[in-house]
Amino acid sequence: MSNVIKITTPMDEEVVSRLKAGDRVVIDGILYTARDTAHKRLIELIEKGEPLPIELKGAVIYYVGPTPAPPGRPIGSAGPTTSVRMDAYAPKLIEHGVKGMIGKGPRTQPVKDAIVKYKAVYFAATGGAGALLSKRIKSARVIAFEDLGPEAIRELVVEEFPVVVINDSDGNDLYLQNRKQYAMPSPYYSEM
Amino acid sequence: MRVVHVDTITEAIKKLAIEAAYYLNPEMIKAFENARDTEVSPIGKAVLEELIENTRLAKEEKIPYCQDTGFAVIFMELGQEVHLEGGLLEDAVNEGVRQGYSEGLLRKSICDPFTRKNTGDNTPAVLHLRLVEGDKIKILFDAKGGGCENMSKVVMLKPSDGLEGIKRLVVQHCYEAAANPCPPVVVGVGIGGTMEMAAILAKKALLRPLEQENEDPELAELEKKLLMEINKIGYGPQGLGGRWYALGVKILKHPCHIASLPVAINLDCHAHRHKEIII
Repeated sequence: MSNVIKITTPMDEEVVSRLKAGDRVVIDGILYTARDTAHKRLIELIEKGEPLPIELKGAVIYYVGPTPAPPGRPIGSAGPTTSVRMDAYAPKLIEHGVKGMIGKGPRTQPVKDAIVKYKAVYFAATGGAGALLSKRIKSARVIAFEDLGPEAIRELVVEEFPVVVINDSDGNDLYLQNRKQYAMPSPYYSEM
Repeated sequence: MRVVHVDTITEAIKKLAIEAAYYLNPEMIKAFENARDTEVSPIGKAVLEELIENTRLAKEEKIPYCQDTGFAVIFMELGQEVHLEGGLLEDAVNEGVRQGYSEGLLRKSICDPFTRKNTGDNTPAVLHLRLVEGDKIKILFDAKGGGCENMSKVVMLKPSDGLEGIKRLVVQHCYEAAANPCPPVVVGVGIGGTMEMAAILAKKALLRPLEQENEDPELAELEKKLLMEINKIGYGPQGLGGRWYALGVKILKHPCHIASLPVAINLDCHAHRHKEIII
């Protein structure tokens, strides 16, 4: 495995261009949380031309709905959710300046295309490792859509938040590359 | 006849909900360790190491292993000699879920399918009730994650598709599910019955302890075969490449109509959380 690359948010195009599929990265700075419904509302605000509750330029969005924070902790368990559910909205957000997304699972072609066209990166964090990942989150506060409960937009301050680059701005896809390396033939599945 | 107050059921479900979220069963930790020791991909090994560390942290710090603390699915076997008093069984079950998810600081993930408005307390639960012999109550609690539940389906195969058709369906399904259900997964398969029966069997199959072999030798063989074929796809842990995409395949079957061959596949993520109690 490659060495770990340290980056700080917000991300700019220079940082994006350095990150390649398979790179292990640790992130410092601010992440914004958003799941399905928060994405839908952001898109509605963009379409109406209304101000957004977060600055999208250079932003890194983390697809997560944490558990409530226990006393004395900034946040509860906080691992990534399945990214593909955000694919209906992600290209628009990338077009409006989002540079990084953190989730789990493969993206659809329109998102991969937007990542190349507007220069962005899709990262995966370890799905289900919610207790472990929560240790890298130093503070959390709700900044929009509080009525959504676990799905509200939160501003997280993170230190050395561990992710892997899945889709880079050159169009590489780690999921596709790595599976092929380990695939063995079987009469029971066919490649799509 | 034995009289049981429904509050006993509420208390039991509350406890199971909290324990399921914080403490992964030791069999899963053992399965992670075995997978780590035998995984051929370095990134896959690293993921499994993280999952082992995650189980330790969740247990020590009493926080949920995964932020998706799931849909509360309860399989209850109620002895016919039990007389319940103090209220309705369903209300008692939901109250247990409500208290467990609130006091345990678990995530409330249940919402209206149209408006997406959260019910606020993770209710209603899904209750599968069966009346059985005796005066005991057996409760199996499954905290079912949304990501892996989404990667599940029921297919009405033709009888001519046969056993080979079932194998192709299950392995191809895992191929298509890819990294989405949070591998390493456990694969539940329900074969036969009616459409809804197959789905319930697939979910119930997941609740058999991972190391416990199927009592039916033919199904035990099929489980081993499917596990081997699924792990040839090459996804590995988290879909980042490797062998261990699935840790186990669990099958239940039931007689079906002469015209049908229903097959349901229910995937469960590595947060394979099920707890049981007998009252």
